[in-house]
Amino acid sequence: MQIEASALSVERGGRVIFAGLGFGLRAGEALLVKGPNGAGKSTLLRALAGLLPLASGDIRITPATEARLDHDDFGSIRSKIMNVIDFKGLERDSGEKPGSTFSPPALAELCHYIGHADALKPALTLAENLAFYAALLGGGEIAAALARLGLAGIADLPAAYLSAGQKRRAALARLVAVARPIWLLDEPLTALDTMSQTIVGELMREHLEMGGLIVAATHAPLPIAARDLVLGRPL
Amino acid sequence: MSQKPQAEKRQAAIQTRRSPLAALLVRDLRIGRRIGGAVSMGVVFFLCLVTVTPFAVGPDQALLARIGPAILWIAALLATLLGLDRLFQADAEDGSLDLFLMSETPLELIVVVKCLGHWLLTGLPLVAASPIFGLMLGLEPAALARVTASLLAGTPALTLLGAVGAALTVSLRRGGLLLAVLILPLSVPVLIFGVAAAGDPVVGFKTPFLILCGLTLAAVALTPFAAAAALRHAGD
Repeated sequence: MQIEASALSVERGGRVIFAGLGFGLRAGEALLVKGPNGAGKSTLLRALAGLLPLASGDIRITPATEARLDHDDFGSIRSKIMNVIDFKGLERDSGEKPGSTFSPPALAELCHYIGHADALKPALTLAENLAFYAALLGGGEIAAALARLGLAGIADLPAAYLSAGQKRRAALARLVAVARPIWLLDEPLTALDTMSQTIVGELMREHLEMGGLIVAATHAPLPIAARDLVLGRPL
Repeated sequence: MSQKPQAEKRQAAIQTRRSPLAALLVRDLRIGRRIGGAVSMGVVFFLCLVTVTPFAVGPDQALLARIGPAILWIAALLATLLGLDRLFQADAEDGSLDLFLMSETPLELIVVVKCLGHWLLTGLPLVAASPIFGLMLGLEPAALARVTASLLAGTPALTLLGAVGAALTVSLRRGGLLLAVLILPLSVPVLIFGVAAAGDPVVGFKTPFLILCGLTLAAVALTPFAAAAALRHAGD
């Protein structure tokens, strides 16, 4: 699977945040969006997630064809991702004509978006929060996801009592609980301790190995091989 | 080769997966129950309005019994609208709304389920409390039944109309009053037919009650689209 974004521009409140932005990303590749504060990193991620309208430009998703899958070293592992795409009916819809454009809602359903807000309800326990998102976003095993992020011991604690780093990990647990091929991560390592950063780095590497795609906006270096997309100073 | 067992496992996962809408309803009811106050505050506010009115109108038993249905309806209207401003705001602030938008479930259905959850937590207690409060206003037993039935049929429409206002004011810090100002004019038809069904001796019960049911059904059919459209553009 492949994303091609061309000539993207986003305006907010009459001000152009960025214009003429384009990139291509293939399965197993990661893109780090860098730039000074206000350059539009978060805006780009939100636009990719379909949460902000594009002023112009388009985003194309090309599902990997069967032929390409065979050539791929990671073919079997990668089927997990392919199953997700197939499950959503995208493969069937566009198998004949690779390169067809998907409307933003379909793109949004392929993406995980980890934004600044952790989307946790303080009144619910960690397990309840995650179980809800697993049901909402497409189902998955939450116990394993909590264990993976080192949250198994505090799964029954209301989210109100968690520290910033624990909340961040709980948000990142969605990545593990629900399989989606594209990860849009906005400052994923914020508030995480060194050990959690290592775990998240491992998760990202595994995701890439399975043929997933990552677009991350960050100031801190991420422990994955990635290309950089540097956004300029705000206008 | 390993694709097949994986596919089967995935199939199993899909089958055991809880419906997103059921999960949302359970989540909202759970939050309402844990935070507390959601149920009791609406009813207490309702009670306050009902008890304050006789002080303003005077202790005329016959007059109170006559305007009792109207008092109960106005109190229910205000209690419903004033409690609605957080319906989507909490989800918008903590990022849950973004994830609603990114799920496969249509936002319109999510709006309906959120309204259902809100009505179960705030509207239904009002309906349940209305016979007792009607008794305080000296309503006849027959009138009590009519008021309760009209509120049961009409308050869902108020919640759904209020949801449109809640969606429009989702990004405003203090949207509660604006919500009431926006939605009160729209809720006038519901109020007219609700009060008519509750206590108008001339037109009787059946006709206004059926129109009230029609209004509620129309609200179920139309308002989710308006609220969802407003929520989609809330981020702009």
